[in-house]
Amino acid sequence: MAQSTDLDLINLVKRFGSHAAVNDVSFSVAPGEFFSILGPSGCGKTTLMRMIAGFEDPTSGDIRIRGRSMIGVPANKRPVNMVFQSLALFPMMSVGENVAYGLTCRGISRAEAEERANRMLERVGLKGFGERRVTALSGGQRQRVAIARCLVLEPTLVLLDEPLGALDLKLREHMKIELKQLQATFNTTFAYITHDQSEALVMSDRVAVMNQGRFEQVGSPRELYHHPATPFVASFVGETNRWQGEASAASGGTISVRLPSGAVIQGQGKVADRAMLAFVRPEAIALAQDPSALGGLPNRFEGRVSAVLFDGANSSLLIDTAGFEEPVRAVLPQAGPLAGIQVGAPVHVGWTADAMKVFAA
Amino acid sequence: MSTRPGLRLTLFLLLAPAVLWLGLLIVLPHVEILILSFSERVAPRIYVFGFGNYLEFFTEPLYWRTFARTAIMSILVTALTLVLAFPIALYIARVAQGRLKAMLLLLCLLPFWVSELVRTLGWMMLLRETGVVSHGLQAIGLTGERIEFLYNDGAVILGLVYGGLLFMIVPLANALESLEPAVVEAGFDLGGSRWIVLRRIVVPHAMPGIVAGSIIVFMLTVGNFATPVLLGGKNGLWFTEQIYAQFITRFNWPQGAAFGMLLLLLSSAIVWAGLRLTGQSLGTTLKQA
Repeated sequence: MAQSTDLDLINLVKRFGSHAAVNDVSFSVAPGEFFSILGPSGCGKTTLMRMIAGFEDPTSGDIRIRGRSMIGVPANKRPVNMVFQSLALFPMMSVGENVAYGLTCRGISRAEAEERANRMLERVGLKGFGERRVTALSGGQRQRVAIARCLVLEPTLVLLDEPLGALDLKLREHMKIELKQLQATFNTTFAYITHDQSEALVMSDRVAVMNQGRFEQVGSPRELYHHPATPFVASFVGETNRWQGEASAASGGTISVRLPSGAVIQGQGKVADRAMLAFVRPEAIALAQDPSALGGLPNRFEGRVSAVLFDGANSSLLIDTAGFEEPVRAVLPQAGPLAGIQVGAPVHVGWTADAMKVFAA
Repeated sequence: MSTRPGLRLTLFLLLAPAVLWLGLLIVLPHVEILILSFSERVAPRIYVFGFGNYLEFFTEPLYWRTFARTAIMSILVTALTLVLAFPIALYIARVAQGRLKAMLLLLCLLPFWVSELVRTLGWMMLLRETGVVSHGLQAIGLTGERIEFLYNDGAVILGLVYGGLLFMIVPLANALESLEPAVVEAGFDLGGSRWIVLRRIVVPHAMPGIVAGSIIVFMLTVGNFATPVLLGGKNGLWFTEQIYAQFITRFNWPQGAAFGMLLLLLSSAIVWAGLRLTGQSLGTTLKQA
């Protein structure tokens, strides 16, 4: 029977004393998929990855790679290779020896290993770098050596442990695209862990959001962004406005939330409770000078610009709005009638009920 | 401008202890010994310049055989110390944590709080015919008569390895400590067995420490006097004994000086060869030690 998944985790638990670092996690990764695990530091994602790699033993549960259980299989016998956070290149070896290392460990002759290493270096754009010392490479080149060192072994699964963390911003943006392209050309399954939501959203086919040892939600980047399943996902993935209040009315999926000030806002949610959290993305907030332009929106408020946070395409406005304790965050319009809006300018804000996600707190 | 003489004086005063130390205790005696080694006695109290003392070394088999034996045994002792110290250093540097690590290093250091002579006498109490080991073996019935463990090469090597162990462990542990854990894990992750990871990652990383420790232990061993004399007895035959005999027993200072120079040349040559063989430079090695 053809195996339809490369990696299956089944009710995986890892306890350190009484603390459960990984708490009953199950998921499957399909062949050729780019799967990311996104979570804040300390959420257990590194422990999870180290269990897949074979450096930690799970307390209970099973790890299966192409259907074969990995429990009791040592790290050096698993068809899994890891790109470490620090890259962990071997400084005592040349670039070529680094890439050939895994092959020679398998008993492949030195000459053949060297040839295959050179071919791999060529594919990752490091042709002719075989003789160099790893210390003589730039950050991006070292990154590619670390990946080439794994890919040359043709593993079922490549694990990547925040490999872009140490790079500067420009290079990180570049490497995101390059990693995605590499993964597509080699068609290898990648499992990527990161705390950087942009890395996860840009590169992944599917993302799992992890918090306190559990998966909060698994889905495509779009699903996570537009349809967060839990308040944690809503606030962790992407920029958002977040308000607390209590449900005052609910009908057919639309919930009205009364803020402490008495203002009522309408959004979508499943459960109505006394304590509610409401989330709206800054880009979902419509701005207008004239209240009539926002006529059709159920949520309409009047405010005054309190700050302009200019950051190129990511610029935003903070708007002091009547009824809200904290300023409302909206995207800075850089074209149209509101372009060039200044601090202190009066403005009307509004959003649809669809754009606001409401959860029981 | 007025501060310059003051500055000079400060510099001079700061350098004085080092200059005096090097000049009076190291350079001066060696120059003296070098000159002495080239003087031959032609009549009572009459000396002339000549190579006779060095020729004597090559014509008398006892001298150069002892010399060669000292060199070979010292290399053997260094190698044995390295093999013994490596797993200990590996454990201290990579497995032990916090208090345990400090405790283990202290335990290695502890024997050095007593003098070398006392430590060697301790070994004698264990190994001699009426000693602890001999009695123990008789008590459990492995042997019917007393056994002499002293006064052979084994006892000498044992004593020297024991004395060198600490000086190997410390630079080794230092070198191993700087090895990033992720690098070792990567070695396993890419399919390396324990042996491959040790041979291709851990040992090359520890090389400066290995060389530094080996140089120190070799120097200490070649120049050791008490241990071969006490544990080896008549069979010790260490080259330092020959130097001692020339200076003290035979009162032939020029001959002793020539032997001293030869020993210095020997250890320098072997250290140089060791550095060349392992491709290490003296600079990086000294940093590690």
